[in-house]
Amino acid sequence: MSVTVRIPTILRTYTGGKAEVSAEGTTLGEVIADLEKNHTGIAARVLDDQGKLRRFVNVYVNDDDVRFEQGLDTATPEGAGVSIIPAVAGG
Amino acid sequence: MVVQTVADTTDSTPSAAGSVDLGPATALSCRECGHRVPLGPVFACEECFGPLEIAYDFSGHDTEELRRSIESGPANIWRYAPLLPVPADVATKPNINPGWTKLVKADNLARELGVTGGLYVKDDSGNPTHSFKDRVVAQAIEAARAFGFTTLSCSSTGNLAGAVGAAAARAGFRSCVFIPHDLEQGKVVMAAVYGGELVGIEGNYDDVNRFCSELIGDPAGEGWGFVNVNLRPYYAEGSKTLAYEICEQLGWRLPDQLVVPIASGSQLTKIDKGLRELIELGLVEDKPYKIFGAQAEGCSPVSTAFKAGHDVVRPQKPDTIAKSLAIGNPADGPYVLDIARRTGGVVEDVNDEQIVDAIKLLARTEGIFAETAGGVTVGVTRKLIEAGVLDPSLTTVVLNTGDGLKTLDAVAGTGLTATIRPSLDSFREAGLA
Repeated sequence: MSVTVRIPTILRTYTGGKAEVSAEGTTLGEVIADLEKNHTGIAARVLDDQGKLRRFVNVYVNDDDVRFEQGLDTATPEGAGVSIIPAVAGG
Repeated sequence: MVVQTVADTTDSTPSAAGSVDLGPATALSCRECGHRVPLGPVFACEECFGPLEIAYDFSGHDTEELRRSIESGPANIWRYAPLLPVPADVATKPNINPGWTKLVKADNLARELGVTGGLYVKDDSGNPTHSFKDRVVAQAIEAARAFGFTTLSCSSTGNLAGAVGAAAARAGFRSCVFIPHDLEQGKVVMAAVYGGELVGIEGNYDDVNRFCSELIGDPAGEGWGFVNVNLRPYYAEGSKTLAYEICEQLGWRLPDQLVVPIASGSQLTKIDKGLRELIELGLVEDKPYKIFGAQAEGCSPVSTAFKAGHDVVRPQKPDTIAKSLAIGNPADGPYVLDIARRTGGVVEDVNDEQIVDAIKLLARTEGIFAETAGGVTVGVTRKLIEAGVLDPSLTTVVLNTGDGLKTLDAVAGTGLTATIRPSLDSFREAGLA
């Protein structure tokens, strides 16, 4: 499954400055693994030492916060939009 | 390890960072991993996504000289300028100049609740736009000025939108702010009247916040200072002034217990930071204090996590009349849990009926008309006293962070006692004599 991933400003050094990149995968976990293949180092910024999403990262698949879904096991259908967003905003 | 300069980490910076004059602020430091970057309009750590906070150099202060300087300062938050990320001449610049609000000794409420150790309400409805948000926006204005922004923006549950609109008007910025489309009418009007752009988003606050976080990384948001996103490290420091004022108004004394509302959790964490700074500077005695967090049951991600013993916060979909606290995914939730546990406090919630009862209780006993967030703190205070968790023999400060006139719908059932003809007979017949 091919998806579009929106990259936050602080991760764009890994994507050559691109705000959006394509990635493959049927789940969010697979998408992040594919991102890592093409943009080495990005997974360690998004995932902690145990391989879980860092607590200050929000990830949305289309409009759904993956914490309300299945986390890294959340399905990423063909053409889905994945957004990675720093969680420390607001209030 | 990838190390970036601040200029590399943001595409929304209209001016070079690192050479700005923000008083004692020296750098930004990640609260999670300690990674430091120069002062700039960035908010998340490039290493771990953790929140960036202001690092200060407070060395060289003589305690008594600092105390005298504060006491002779203006009757607003700029009396604490030496402890804030603002230039020393901040009081001469066009800003909204909030703060130095009343600390009301609430003896009537204390009697009703059985508090004997002294009960106070820090009434921040007295700020220029009638909520504590003026404190944080005033800080963001100075950071925006330092970094050369000309447009101010934010995601807001209502109070912040009004504060940004007013401060932008005073300080000469354009403003364009984003709110959930279904906010209370009073808050919509209060945000719109200042003439800036006000945009309703079809969704809840967390949707608005997500939108702003994406806008900031897009060319469409280039050059915009989002007070609670890319200016958040500076903005958040404004809440420290609540701690400073409470202690100064108590005669440079720490309260024993504070009851603080939780939306994102930023205010509570910064009140704790402010109290610790006063201790470190020698302005108050180093003694224990407890911070209690208050949420609405219909949006209680932090109290739920606290009660379950978790150190992470699972987001919720808000459904409460306390819309100013309706943040289902609170950015500083984990730190609130840490602080409540470290200080010996708890995080509790009350339902909508208890919130309304508490608004009326505070109004009836002290003549203070609180917005729903004030109903939450007073309601939680009552609940914790009844449960024996809050010690009634200790000095307790309860925060009211906004004006009840903004949330009239919450007490809409309150109205006329009677309608009579303009005659004494009618007056007597109604049983009013």
